[in-house]
Amino acid sequence: MNVKLGRGAEFQYSTGRLLLAGGASGPAPLLNPRKTAMLDALLLARIQFAFTVSFHFIFPAFSIGLASYLMVLEALWLKTGNGVYANLYRYWLKIFALAFGMGVVSGIVMSYQFGTNWSVFSDKAGPVIGPLMAYEVLTAFFLEAGFLGVMLFGINKVGLRLHFVATCMVALGTFISAFWILSVNSWMQTPTGFEIGANGQFLPGPSWWAIVFNPSFPYRLVHTVIAAYLTTAFVVGAVGAWHLLKDKTNPGARKMFSMAMWMAAIVAPIQIFAGDLHGLNTLEHQPAKVMAMEGHYDSHPEGAPLILFGIPNSAEKRVDYALEIPKASSLILKHDLNAPLAGLDTIPEDQHPPVGVVFWSFRIMVALGFAMLGLGLWSLAARYRKRFYDWPLLHRAAIAMGPSGFVAVIAGWVTTEVGRQPFTVYGLLRTAESAAPLEAPAVAASLVAFIVVYFAVFGAGTFYILKLMAKPPQPHETADPSGGKPIRAAGITPAVAVEGRAS
Amino acid sequence: MIDLTIIWAAIIAFAVAAYVVMDGFDLGIGILFPTFRVGGERDRAMNSIAPVWDGNETWLVLGGGGLMAAFPLAYAIVLPALYAPLIAMLLGLVFRGVAFEFRWRDPGHRRFWDIAFCGGSVVATFAQGITLGALLQGIHVEGRAYGGGWWDWLTPFTLLTGVSLMSGYALLGAGWLIWKTDGPTQAHARKHARMLTIALVGAIVAVSTATPFLDASYYQRWFGWPGVLAAAQMPLLVAIAAFILWRSIDLGRDWLPFAMTLILFGLSMAGLAISIWPDVIPGRVSIWDAAAPERSQVFMLIGAGLLVPVILAYTAWAYWVFRGKVDETGYH
Repeated sequence: MNVKLGRGAEFQYSTGRLLLAGGASGPAPLLNPRKTAMLDALLLARIQFAFTVSFHFIFPAFSIGLASYLMVLEALWLKTGNGVYANLYRYWLKIFALAFGMGVVSGIVMSYQFGTNWSVFSDKAGPVIGPLMAYEVLTAFFLEAGFLGVMLFGINKVGLRLHFVATCMVALGTFISAFWILSVNSWMQTPTGFEIGANGQFLPGPSWWAIVFNPSFPYRLVHTVIAAYLTTAFVVGAVGAWHLLKDKTNPGARKMFSMAMWMAAIVAPIQIFAGDLHGLNTLEHQPAKVMAMEGHYDSHPEGAPLILFGIPNSAEKRVDYALEIPKASSLILKHDLNAPLAGLDTIPEDQHPPVGVVFWSFRIMVALGFAMLGLGLWSLAARYRKRFYDWPLLHRAAIAMGPSGFVAVIAGWVTTEVGRQPFTVYGLLRTAESAAPLEAPAVAASLVAFIVVYFAVFGAGTFYILKLMAKPPQPHETADPSGGKPIRAAGITPAVAVEGRAS
Repeated sequence: MIDLTIIWAAIIAFAVAAYVVMDGFDLGIGILFPTFRVGGERDRAMNSIAPVWDGNETWLVLGGGGLMAAFPLAYAIVLPALYAPLIAMLLGLVFRGVAFEFRWRDPGHRRFWDIAFCGGSVVATFAQGITLGALLQGIHVEGRAYGGGWWDWLTPFTLLTGVSLMSGYALLGAGWLIWKTDGPTQAHARKHARMLTIALVGAIVAVSTATPFLDASYYQRWFGWPGVLAAAQMPLLVAIAAFILWRSIDLGRDWLPFAMTLILFGLSMAGLAISIWPDVIPGRVSIWDAAAPERSQVFMLIGAGLLVPVILAYTAWAYWVFRGKVDETGYH
C-alpha cells in the first residue's frame, strides 16, 4: 500500500503538522539499540560529510562565477578585439583550471559518499533524488568535462569561434550542475511530489515537475547562483585592487577591478533581496529553521524582537546578553510590527535544530552580505568622485573583502543544512536513521584521511592559485606555467592570429 | 513488454565499461609513469591525456550516480561493504586529478606531484580491482543493508583482482602511448606492452580459474548446460585476441595494440557477466530486487536516451580535436 502524499494541501510543512507528528504519535521513535551503538560512527560520518562538502563547495562557488566571467571576457575580446580582454582571459583561465580540477576531484568524493556513509538515506531517497543526480551527470558534468579540454588546450586547434563555444559550454555546464544539485538539496529541505512505498522508500509521484520544482528550489537556486557570482566578483576585485595598489596604470588590473565592482554594486543588493525572499520561503516551509536563525526560543504573540547579537543558551532556552530591536523581526518576516511569531516552544524538542550554530552562521552571512553592499556603494561613490583607480583605502578594503564570498557561502550553507536537522529529508527521515551501518573505526580512519589529504592537497592548490594571483596581469599573457619557453605541446600559447589581436 | 530493468542494467554496464576503457588508459599511464624519463617523456605522456582525463572520469560518476538512481538498493549495500577500498580510491583520484595541473604550476616540486600522480593512479586502480573481486566473492547482506565488517573485502582473491586490473590498465596505457607518441617514448611503451601482455593474460587465466570455485552458482553458470556452450568459447577467444595483440606490438599499426587490449577487456567483462547475471550483488540481490520504481526508470531513460548519444558525439569530437601524435614542438 502506498500512502499518497501530494504537493500542498495533504502535506504541510507547518508548525502545526510538526506538532501533529510529534504530539499525535508521541515523540519520534527513539533509536533502536543497534543504532545507539553506532552513534559515534554517526557523529563521525556527519563530521566527515560536513568537512568534505564544505571543502568541495568552495570550488564550485568560485568556478561557477569564474566560468561565466571567462565567457564574458572572451565574448568582449571577440567583439572588440581589445587585447586587455584576451590577456585577462588567459590570466583567469590558469586559475580556473586549478580551481576546476580541485572541484572535480572533491566532487567525485561527494557522489560516492551518499552511498558509503549514508546508505540508508540512499536506499530510501534514491528513487526520487537519484534520477536528479543522474541528470546532473548527463547534462552538466559531461558537458563541462567534454569541453574543458578544448577550452584549456584547444585554442590553436579549433579556432577562436569554436573555442568560444567551448567556453560557453563549460559555463553552461557549471550552471546546469547547480540547477540539479540544488534541486536535490531543496527536495531534502521541502520534499514534495512523492509517495511512500511499502518498504519505507520515497517513490516518485506522477509528476517529476513537483519533485524538481519543489517549493524552496527556485529561491535556493537564485540565492546560491548569485552567491557564486558575488564570490567570484570579490575575488576578482581583490586581485585587481592588489595590483592597482602596486601600479594603478596596469590596464588589466583596472579592467578587472572595475568589472568586479560593477558586479558588487549591482548584484549585492539583488542578493539581499533574493535572500529575504528565500528567508520568507523558509519561514513558510521550515519554520523551525527560521526560529533557530532568529534565536526565538519563545513565541511572541505581539510582535517578535530582532535579536542582533547574543549567545543562544539551548539548555535554558533563552538568548543570553541579547541585543534586541523590539518587534523588528515581525516587521521583517511578516511586514507587520505586531504580527505574532511562533517560537521553538511550539516545536517538539526532539525536532529542534542546533540553535547556536544556525544563529551565528546566519549572522555571519548577513553581515558579509551588507559589507558587500557597502563596498559596492563605496565603489560607486569613488567612480563619481573620479578616484576609483586612485583610492588606496578602497583598494585595501576590496582586498580585505576578497575571501568574503567564500565565508558567506559556507555560512549560508551551514545555516540551511544545520537548520534542517535533525532530518535528512525534512520532517520525514531522521539523520540518525540515514547513516550506513559502518563501524566507528572505519569512519574515524576515513575522516582522518580526508582531513590530512584535503588540507595538504587543496592547501597546495590554494597556494598555487594565490601565487598566480600575485603576478600582475601582463600584456601577452601566456598559458606557460614556468614563465619561460612554452612547455605544453597542446597549450594555450596564442597562435599567430591570436597574437596579432592581443595588443 | 520491454523490461526497463534490463535496459538499465545494460546502461549501467555500458557506463562502467566506458569508464574502464577511457579512464583505464590514463590510470595506466599513471601506473607506468615512474618508468618514463624525467622531462620530455613524462611531459609527453601527460600531454596525451591532459585534455581528456576529466571526461573519462565522468563515466565513473555516471556509474556511481546511475547505480544510485537505477538500483538504489545495490548502491546502498555495495558501497558500505567496500568502504575502505572505495575511500582509498577516491583519495587516490584526488591526488591523481590535481597532479595534472599542479605539476605544471610548481616545477620545484614536480617530482613530488609526479609521485602523487603515480601513487594516486596505483591506489585507485588497485582499489577498483579489489572492488570487483569483493563483489564476485560475495557480500554479506542483512535485510536491506550490508551486514559484514569493514575488512571483509580483504582476501587473496581480491588482491589478485587488484593486481590483475593494474596489469590491464597499464597495458591500456602502454597501448595508448604506442598510438599517440613516436620515437623513444613509443619504443619504451612497446617494451612495456610486451611484458604487460604476458602479465594480463596470466591474470585473466588466474582470475577465470578461481572464479567458478568461489560460488556454486558461478560453477553452474560456466559448466552447466547451456552456459558451457558460451563459456567454452571464451578461452579460445582470449587466446586469439592475446596472440593478435602480441603480434601487433611490433607490427606498425600503432592503434592496434590499444584496440586488442580493449577486446581483451571486453571479453573479461563478458565473462564477468556470464558469472553474475542476473544478479547485481551475486547470489543475494538480483537486478529486479534492486531496481528503482518504473517512474524513476522512465524519467531517466528519456534523459539517457537523448543525452548519451549527444555526450558520445561531443566526446568523440574532443578526442578528434586532439587526434594524432602528441606534438613534439615546444619540448626542445
